[in-house]
Amino acid sequence: MAFKHKHLLGIQDLTSSEITTILDTAESFYEISTREVKKVPTLRGKTIINLFFEPSTRTRSSFELAAKRLSADIVNFNLKTSSAVKGETFKDTILNLEAMNPDAIIIRHSCSGAVLYASTFSRSNIINAGDGSHEHPTQALLDAFTIRQEKKNFKGLKIVIVGDILHSRVARSNIFLLRKMGAKVTLVGPPALLPLEFRKFGVETDFNLDRAVERADVIMMLRIQLERQEKNFFPSVREYRNLYSLTAQRFRRAKKNAIIMHPGPINRGVEISTDMADCAKSVILKQVENGIAVRMAVLYLLLGGKEREAID
Amino acid sequence: MEEKIKARVMDTPKIKRALHRMTTEIIERNRNLKNLVIVGIRTRGIYIGKRISKLIKEFEKVDVPVGVLDITLYRDDFSESEAQHMVKKTEINFSVAKKDVLLVDDVLFTGRTIRAAMDSLIDLGRPKTIQLLVLIDRGHRELPIRADYAGKFLPTSKREIVQVRLKEIDSGDEVLITEPPGIK
Repeated sequence: MAFKHKHLLGIQDLTSSEITTILDTAESFYEISTREVKKVPTLRGKTIINLFFEPSTRTRSSFELAAKRLSADIVNFNLKTSSAVKGETFKDTILNLEAMNPDAIIIRHSCSGAVLYASTFSRSNIINAGDGSHEHPTQALLDAFTIRQEKKNFKGLKIVIVGDILHSRVARSNIFLLRKMGAKVTLVGPPALLPLEFRKFGVETDFNLDRAVERADVIMMLRIQLERQEKNFFPSVREYRNLYSLTAQRFRRAKKNAIIMHPGPINRGVEISTDMADCAKSVILKQVENGIAVRMAVLYLLLGGKEREAID
Repeated sequence: MEEKIKARVMDTPKIKRALHRMTTEIIERNRNLKNLVIVGIRTRGIYIGKRISKLIKEFEKVDVPVGVLDITLYRDDFSESEAQHMVKKTEINFSVAKKDVLLVDDVLFTGRTIRAAMDSLIDLGRPKTIQLLVLIDRGHRELPIRADYAGKFLPTSKREIVQVRLKEIDSGDEVLITEPPGIK
């Protein structure tokens, strides 16, 4: 089926069949990264700008490699050396970059909705690489790709998302995606980081990780944003660790074939213990690997993939 | 409106005879069959490739592996067109480097698919040789490409459509010439 969107702003805009199209397309792209020549000529001549107003290692380099493996030209915008530090507005920055005729702009910004705003005046295809605590669609897609690889099917799958739900765009995008695909989602975290309004998204909530772990097929740990710790969302890192860290002891209660996920970066010894992050049930690095295939699929579906008829 | 069938140019026995003849030609030409690998172009090239491999096994007791190539990512007409093309998997579970690669497709027309397939193959490794087998060569080449083995040479007009149907995915084995509706 065809993919009709101009932008990828969030999972909320996608239907389950569009999500499946992206995942199926990513399946085909996965193999390219295992070749000796990791490059296909598909997006030759297309220009993409990586516009990151927030730090990132995984997402930025993953998009960069995805674009390069499709033969697109990609320019990285570096916040520290850009005119944004001289006071240029967000809109002006985008309009100026757009004057250079890119085909797509990948945006990360600390304000929720910044990417949607950009799409209202931009001519390019806009891709959301994370906006505030709103959405991070490609992360949810690569998580879904990884889950599908391990579990084959989403229907009835029990997924537990643990940690700072309040601030997490990864959690939101994952909730939207997993609900659309028919999985059952339980959110777990300390009360201050787990607003009960989330229940209106059709998910369950639980403040007890030990109990939630027992039922889970997938345990998705979120990063505790230590930089926000001064606002006292929980009393101490030590208490958080005691109640909500995924440790070997806790994981023993889980089903035999449960898997552990984390979007990174990991705070080892805070939300997840080192032995759990590195254990055989952890698919954390698999997620990173799959990120490239998923982002190649997104770039392909937005920028290329057009045909006239079969060319025989 | 249904497309009009103008002629049925091949049926099960004719396709079978053509594949037998081409297999014999392949065996004659490739003295070292152990170095031969088959790569079928999606979709019908895969099944023709598998049938050829089976015939080689029958005639010479040599196993020739068959891989699957999806050329979507190497097409040269992305920007000219409207509809979208789904990418499917390339599944070649062997190295093509230093091999004699037999590229297989159902119909040879403009040659653009074969150009894309060769680019794709060479990115996977450097084959010793690439040979091309097609069931139907219908003419109208736009690139300097020719088939090493052809089941049938079939002069056509450009607006006609040649349809190869194979029992693996269609109702049976046949080759049809059809015309799109609305043309006299």
